[in-house]
Amino acid sequence: MVELARKLPLPQRRFPASPVLLLLAAACIFLTVESLRSTIFAQLTVAGVATGVVYGSLALALVLIYRATEVINFAQGEMAMAMVYVAYQLTLWGLAYWEAFFLTLAIAFVFGVVTQRVFIRPVQGRSVIAVVIVTVGLFILIDGLVEWKWSANQRFMQAPFGNKIYHLGNVPIARQDLGTIVITLISVSALWAFFRFTKLGLGMRAGALRPAAARLVGVRTNALLAVGWGLAAVLGAVAGLMTEPAEYVLQPTLMQPVLLYAFAAAVLGGLESPGGALVGGIALGIFLNLLPSHSWGFVTSALELPVAFAALLVVLLIKPTGLFGHRTVRKV
Amino acid sequence: MTALLELRDVHARYGPVNALHGVSLTVDEGEIVAVLGANGAGKTTTLRAISHTVHRDGEIRFAGNALRGGPEAVARLGVAHVPEGRGTFSELTVWENLRLGAYTRRGNLKDDFARVGSYFPWLEDRRHQQAGTLSGGEQQMLALARAFMQRPRLLMLDEPSLGLAPLLVTEVFRIVQELNENEGVTVLVVEQNAHIALQLAQTAYVLEVGRVALSGPSADLQQHESVRRSYLGY
Repeated sequence: MVELARKLPLPQRRFPASPVLLLLAAACIFLTVESLRSTIFAQLTVAGVATGVVYGSLALALVLIYRATEVINFAQGEMAMAMVYVAYQLTLWGLAYWEAFFLTLAIAFVFGVVTQRVFIRPVQGRSVIAVVIVTVGLFILIDGLVEWKWSANQRFMQAPFGNKIYHLGNVPIARQDLGTIVITLISVSALWAFFRFTKLGLGMRAGALRPAAARLVGVRTNALLAVGWGLAAVLGAVAGLMTEPAEYVLQPTLMQPVLLYAFAAAVLGGLESPGGALVGGIALGIFLNLLPSHSWGFVTSALELPVAFAALLVVLLIKPTGLFGHRTVRKV
Repeated sequence: MTALLELRDVHARYGPVNALHGVSLTVDEGEIVAVLGANGAGKTTTLRAISHTVHRDGEIRFAGNALRGGPEAVARLGVAHVPEGRGTFSELTVWENLRLGAYTRRGNLKDDFARVGSYFPWLEDRRHQQAGTLSGGEQQMLALARAFMQRPRLLMLDEPSLGLAPLLVTEVFRIVQELNENEGVTVLVVEQNAHIALQLAQTAYVLEVGRVALSGPSADLQQHESVRRSYLGY
């Protein structure tokens, strides 16, 4: 009997039926219903999810670094772009796409770790502004190095998924969109599992939440910060590589619009919330994809960015902490 | 008895402000030592100097060797420091807090969880609860349990009685005593509550403005005129 009582689930934190969740549920229902009514709508929604997960994973990289280092890494997009060029170079040397893909992820990890050690660590803990300026400097530095090595001309890189189109009922779905969604979600889940289930992941979470207390239990917070930058760079590289097949060509400016959207997605999600970044990215991707084609005819693709940020502004006016952000309460 | 921890002429400062002006103290293996003193006397800073979370000078020896490196290195040598405010990771679950306690160790933790469960039976049912939602007393118990998971040679407690109801204070100190007797953990405890600290400890030090003003066996200090007047209030 005692054993049984022990197994009974205790009342857990109840998930609050917050307005945000209701809103998201309503949006999902709307998208499903409209998708069932119109094939074009369904097609655009799927394509929107595909661009959205890319924004989301870069946004997640920003959130990872924000939580650990408390700055926005303005070089995140350029780091990702550089990694796409690395993958491109590897394919030029004769590697198959997926060999190059995974090798690039490994290189990205090392790149992130080294970046933190060499550029960020010396200014870490001085002031937030100093770190931010270093990341802006990194942006320019990486941009310059890539142009120097590969020139600013367009390059053509093999696309991983081909042009095959699947049909779900009568809705055509590009293999490329599906591939992007699957690969991105696998990387994000792997990262989530790492943080949730491994000792190192637990140490990193503890170090991000309370660095001083974490050091007292023996967590090497400084080393783990570098690991965090490495993981963010890997996630960014995935986002970059998944942007490339959609853009078809490689340019040093590849990730700049993506970084802007990723930033918007991260803020929308609440900056501190990894789940929020992903949801924010997907929401933004769908929103942007549906905008020009839906009933509001005046929103052409040139207006995408302003409209996206106007929408972001409205959300932040209503909920300043973002969709999943919490107001930080400090006990004194 | 051999000395597990030895401080000789330890100075510590926060920026330009000196907080310790040459503190010397010795903690023997298996002993409970209390550090008493008023606010600002340097009790907390003494613990911080040991775990190296404050800028320090002077000689600190642990188990015969000079204590070097940052707080994470000190923790790895077997010093569990439960800081002011308990160092609870309130956003994480009770379970994750305990796992963090054992962060410096390898291998299976099953036995440790069982042993922790024998001291704190209620923890088992609360393992998935967010630590921040525990009551103050429960959080202090969790901090003890977390420190115990580290299998420390030296347990350093900073004001474990702070903010707790009298009954809970007794409970916390009873468990500290049990850990000392059953598990052989050496304890260095900083306390404002001199009454209970002197009952628990074998040796005590009284700090006054960053220096050791008095020290000796607890029983002697309890009789000491000025300690009685200043800290025990009779």
